[in-house]
Amino acid sequence: MASVIEKGKKKIKSNGKAKSAYSKETYLEWYEMMLRIRRFEEATLMAYGQQKVRGFCHVYIGQEAIAGGLVSALIPGDKIVTAYRQHGIALSRGMDSKSCMAELFGKSTGCVKGKGGSMHFFSKAHDYFGGNGIVGAQIPIGTGIAFAEKYKGTNNLCVTMFGDGASRQGALYESFNMAMTWKIPVLYIVENNGYAMGTSVDRTSNVTDIHTVGDAFDMAHEAIDGMHVEKVHEGLVRAAEHIRAGNGPYFLEIKTYRYKGHSVSDPAKYRTKEELNHYKGLDPVKNTELKILEDKIASKDEIQAIKDKIKIEIKEAVKFAEESPLPDGKGLYEDNYLQKDFPFLT
Amino acid sequence: MSRIITLRDALREAMSEEMRRDENVFLMGEEVAEYNGAYKVSKGMLEEFGEKRVIDTPIAELGFTGIGVGAAMNGLRPIVEFMTWNFAILAFDQIVNNAAKTLSQSAGQFSCPIVFRGPSGSAGQLAQQHSQTFESWMANCPGLKVISIIDPADSKGLLKSAIRDEDPVCFMESEVMYGMKGEVPEEEYLTPIGVAAVRKEGTDVTIVSYNKMMEEAKAAAAELEKEGISAEVIDLRTIKPLDYETIVKSVKKTNRLVVVDEAWPFAGVSAEVTYQLQKYAFDYLDAPIVRVNSADTSLAYSAPYVEEYLPNPKKIIDAVKSVMYVGA
Ligand SMILES: Cc1ncc(C[n+]2csc(CCOP(=O)(O)OP(=O)(O)O)c2C)c(N)n1
Ligand SMILES: [Mg+2]
Repeated sequence: MASVIEKGKKKIKSNGKAKSAYSKETYLEWYEMMLRIRRFEEATLMAYGQQKVRGFCHVYIGQEAIAGGLVSALIPGDKIVTAYRQHGIALSRGMDSKSCMAELFGKSTGCVKGKGGSMHFFSKAHDYFGGNGIVGAQIPIGTGIAFAEKYKGTNNLCVTMFGDGASRQGALYESFNMAMTWKIPVLYIVENNGYAMGTSVDRTSNVTDIHTVGDAFDMAHEAIDGMHVEKVHEGLVRAAEHIRAGNGPYFLEIKTYRYKGHSVSDPAKYRTKEELNHYKGLDPVKNTELKILEDKIASKDEIQAIKDKIKIEIKEAVKFAEESPLPDGKGLYEDNYLQKDFPFLT
Repeated sequence: MSRIITLRDALREAMSEEMRRDENVFLMGEEVAEYNGAYKVSKGMLEEFGEKRVIDTPIAELGFTGIGVGAAMNGLRPIVEFMTWNFAILAFDQIVNNAAKTLSQSAGQFSCPIVFRGPSGSAGQLAQQHSQTFESWMANCPGLKVISIIDPADSKGLLKSAIRDEDPVCFMESEVMYGMKGEVPEEEYLTPIGVAAVRKEGTDVTIVSYNKMMEEAKAAAAELEKEGISAEVIDLRTIKPLDYETIVKSVKKTNRLVVVDEAWPFAGVSAEVTYQLQKYAFDYLDAPIVRVNSADTSLAYSAPYVEEYLPNPKKIIDAVKSVMYVGA
């Protein structure tokens, strides 16, 4: 495995200093994306409190290193599909914070015209196959997206993301079996944040090292640290190389943590303060900033410039969302069928 | 004697009373035990009945529903909670192919006394996948009984009847109505399956509805009253078997019918009520039956879409006026 890691690292330019394996640009890119997600989510929670965002709303705070790693580890044309805890993943695909925030506000300028809200961003232009509300449904869907890549003979893969809770759905086992049998280029990622709503991983199965489920299918698998963006990047690159070499799927368990409740309405009484504090000590955004400064990868001023830029970007996203018009309710009849004159019942 | 309690409490009382009465009754579903239920319907039940009988499942609807079906075939009386009926779609194979057909397939040797319960219908701005109604889907399948109700007292009585019923019952509640309060008798009672309730008497028009659309129907009736139109409002309570006789009786008096149904229009409860009524009350109708459904579309997130989508008092009043041939 070690040689594969080396190969993975070489893909990104080294900055020449011994301490950090990645270039300044890479570090700043990671940092900027993670900070963007953090600030976006904070603004989301604020707007939710003001009842400007409604419905079910699940934020990504704590899990940003995973989205960060996705920025650097994929190649153009790779696809992604995930669940409803998806704002961060959408942003990591390059979707802009304005259209995402406007979507949360239910505005016509949203990435899906106010039709999806927090759980359902989509962007074909960004190869982002969406936020899915039904737990586990995206596992076979992602497998099918990857199937199409193989069918078309591309070198692309589909990153298929789901939670620890979702990993207990039967759809996973059926998908794994076919993906492995048919050598489908799918990168399965379980974002193991320890809980499915109020249920801890050890209460859902005898098998708590979720990645070992891959063994039942002879699928390559490993668990990686999801609180450090470098580790995430390396794991993703390893998995992607394995898949692109034609070996079929790879199953990554990324160990992470959500700092907030399951959704905005969950007080998260099922976990201890100590546990939360432990993970807050591993804050991927703060720690990446620290690393950049300590290793002198970039200066304080450069970090501050990113902070200022993101602050303005998110402020503008909220302003854009607030000032955008609501959609016309009649738009409900659009996008149900491609047939233009479909005779709806009344 | 009675007291005022919420729908949520009424449902819990029904389950708890039946679990005290019959040790073969148990509850399973996602977050029902330690978390006290996603909507707190099962609050305190783990404490009272222990983890043998109040069981947290993984997110595995098809699997745990099948386990419920097997347990029911082998002498137990499971209550399977779905966090919402939207997620029960994953378990339709077990509900439709097994629970509903066990008795027929085994020529009466194996029955399946099981209750599948949870909220059905929209609940604010939850978008396409979390806003669907399932009464007509389930009622379409022979072998299943379907109850859909929000009135606290009747919910309690009907859930108790469902748990005691020897056949599989799909029981549909409403996320946004769990906190609604109503008068519920102190003493034990059962509400019969298959009987509709007249909630408000009237003479000019009959409005039939069920589940949370009852609130819209009642609001419309109150508004119509001010305009001198007297509406009789009927709560179906049970979808299958459908008590069309109560509706026929009412229509013989009012000669006009509006059906209010949150479901999509095609082949739904509103269509079935309309069929039965044209068959059994044709000669009494002074106007074609009109229905008010949700839009024939998926429900999108933003508020204007929700407004456009759902039945509301205004749409119901317009429908009533159209069957009464008075200007809207
Ligand atoms: C099929 C299905 N069942 C239940 C739900 C309700 N639900 C939404 S999220 C969730 C927990 C999922 O946890 P996990 O997969 O660990 O993802 P996380 O929220 O931790 O990101 C549940 C039970 C659902 N949306 N879909
Ligand atoms: Mg989780």
